[in-house]
Amino acid sequence: MLTAAATIVSLPYGVKFKIGDFSVDKKFELKEGLDLAGGSHLVFEADMSKIPEDKKKTALDGVRNVIEKRVNLFGVSEPTVQTSSFGGHDRVIVELPGVSDTKQAVSLIGKTAQLVFMEVIEAPGVDGATPSATLKSTDLTGADLQSATVVFDSQTGKPAISLQFTKEGGDKFEKITERNVGKPLPVILDNQIVTQPTVQAKITGGQAQISGSFTIDEAKQLAIQLNAGALPVPVNLVEERTVGATLGAASIKQSIVAGTIGVSMVLLFMILAYGKLGIIADIGLLIFGVITIALYKLIPITLTLPGIAGFMLSVGMALDGNILIFERFKEEKLKREYLPAMEISFGRAWNSIRDANAATLITCFVLANPLDWTFLNTSGPIRGFAITLALGIVISLFTGIFVSRNLLRVFVKQKK
Amino acid sequence: MIDWMRYRWLYLLISGSVIILGIFSVIKWGLTFGIDFTGGTVLEYRFPDGRNQVYKYAPMDASALEKIREDFKKQNGEEVRFENVGPTVGPELVRKTLYAMLAAASGILLWVAMQFKSFKFGVSAVLAMLHDSLVTIGVYSIFGAEVDLLFVTALLTILSFSVHDTIVVYDRIRELRKGFGDNIYDLANKAVTETMVRSLNNSFVVIFMMVALLLIGGETIRWFVATLLIGTISGAYSSPFVAVPILVTWDELRKRVKSEN
Repeated sequence: MLTAAATIVSLPYGVKFKIGDFSVDKKFELKEGLDLAGGSHLVFEADMSKIPEDKKKTALDGVRNVIEKRVNLFGVSEPTVQTSSFGGHDRVIVELPGVSDTKQAVSLIGKTAQLVFMEVIEAPGVDGATPSATLKSTDLTGADLQSATVVFDSQTGKPAISLQFTKEGGDKFEKITERNVGKPLPVILDNQIVTQPTVQAKITGGQAQISGSFTIDEAKQLAIQLNAGALPVPVNLVEERTVGATLGAASIKQSIVAGTIGVSMVLLFMILAYGKLGIIADIGLLIFGVITIALYKLIPITLTLPGIAGFMLSVGMALDGNILIFERFKEEKLKREYLPAMEISFGRAWNSIRDANAATLITCFVLANPLDWTFLNTSGPIRGFAITLALGIVISLFTGIFVSRNLLRVFVKQKK
Repeated sequence: MIDWMRYRWLYLLISGSVIILGIFSVIKWGLTFGIDFTGGTVLEYRFPDGRNQVYKYAPMDASALEKIREDFKKQNGEEVRFENVGPTVGPELVRKTLYAMLAAASGILLWVAMQFKSFKFGVSAVLAMLHDSLVTIGVYSIFGAEVDLLFVTALLTILSFSVHDTIVVYDRIRELRKGFGDNIYDLANKAVTETMVRSLNNSFVVIFMMVALLLIGGETIRWFVATLLIGTISGAYSSPFVAVPILVTWDELRKRVKSEN
């Protein structure tokens, strides 16, 4: 009887334990947020002043997609790019783990990168006046590009951008060069002339090269921007937060030490207050911890400092379940037999555990804002806090009800 | 059984004075808002002698900021943190915070009212929550601590913690009502007596955790943890000594009104 119960108790959690270890072996690491691992958090505001109301959402999504492409091409691992619209402000939030030099990232993301090929229209001088030339944009733009790569100019050895047009773009380019043989063909990027080569002959095959006076970094950046496409609207940097990796590491170390001390004090307190029952609660708590960390790795949850605080708070709430049951048990023990007293305590305490935790889950829901309601916050750290707290509550309900209860049953039977 | 409810005017007086003190402080000295609300720049540098220094600036244009950063670099400072928030972000955050508090409070009010089949319970639980947030805001104002995004998170957590405790006491009242009739005054006394040890023990557990984080945890979350600590203490107090007395007083007032009619 005893062994059977013990097996039932230990088996499912034995499996859980293995999942925990398994995930470590399979290099499922705990994902650390920007405040722990270091990195930067950038918020850009899109200038929607020229966009009609009904097109704003499409424009903002376009901005996000282009930024996402640029960041990915830049080679940042696991970036997140989100949009947020609230109170007439349309923003794109970019998080770059491990990037602490934001200057380059900001100029890469923030440039509109609107590429246009211009034609020079010469008006003959009237009555001896000097001939004037005006620029006229052609229908050939960055949108007609298939790809852009960094090359080195065969004559000057300087970095340049080689452009490969799409088929349509190639046709357009062919026509434009045909019209403009012997004339300059200015290339404009974000309202500035990058280069204006003179067309020698009609160019077929849809290939071109821009050789401005770029440094290698500038050329690389421009190639990324051209490949990702232009931003549909200009953006401005409104918020920037960068945490160096050293500060993050210090925070982790301190929090782990603090957490260990806090947890050991709590474990000790439970034993002092409830004796053998306290030991059972402590075992339940350790199982709670193992399951929680395994889930953090499997889901995965990005762990931030507020997230750690959320976890600690859920430890408190997990123990509260046990305390409620034990206090109840003390009362019921006086009225009836050991075993029924225990079962009744679980039943009665469950009502208040359920109602109280549901109330906390309501707050978590508001804070985590899973439906992305724009009138609530969408900020990462607060979400992280709410998600770890909610997860902790759900797991604690499970361990409190199943693990502690079964352990107690075994314990009570042994006593007989 | 201890006649807790006999002294309920005393509890309300204590809470009232703390809150009034807090409100007075908020009016007189105001709250210190962090750059999350006001916009501006926070820089943290580590210098070769191992010293860490935090610098705060009001919003400025990019070139002025760049100059400051260059200056620190010349002093061999390693930039470990850089936060720059535009002035437009703040007002938005205030509104979102208010909405979040309203959403959480009404959700909890409805849930409690539904579970305990009475709006009295819901309203007094929310009033106890309000009590805890006022106490926390008051303490912040008195100590001049900086109100930032983490403070908002902490405040919302306190709300749920406060109601967590209140529900435990209410649950006892609900259960006792089945066996001991409908006199809220006696039920409240019995419920508070029976849940007191649990409330104390549970608060100890949370307070242990928070004190450990407060003393050893990183500088960046120090005030966040302190807020949670204040809120936990206030939340543990407010369940038996604010929520329940309001419930009892409400019930008596209603009875008095009824008998006068």
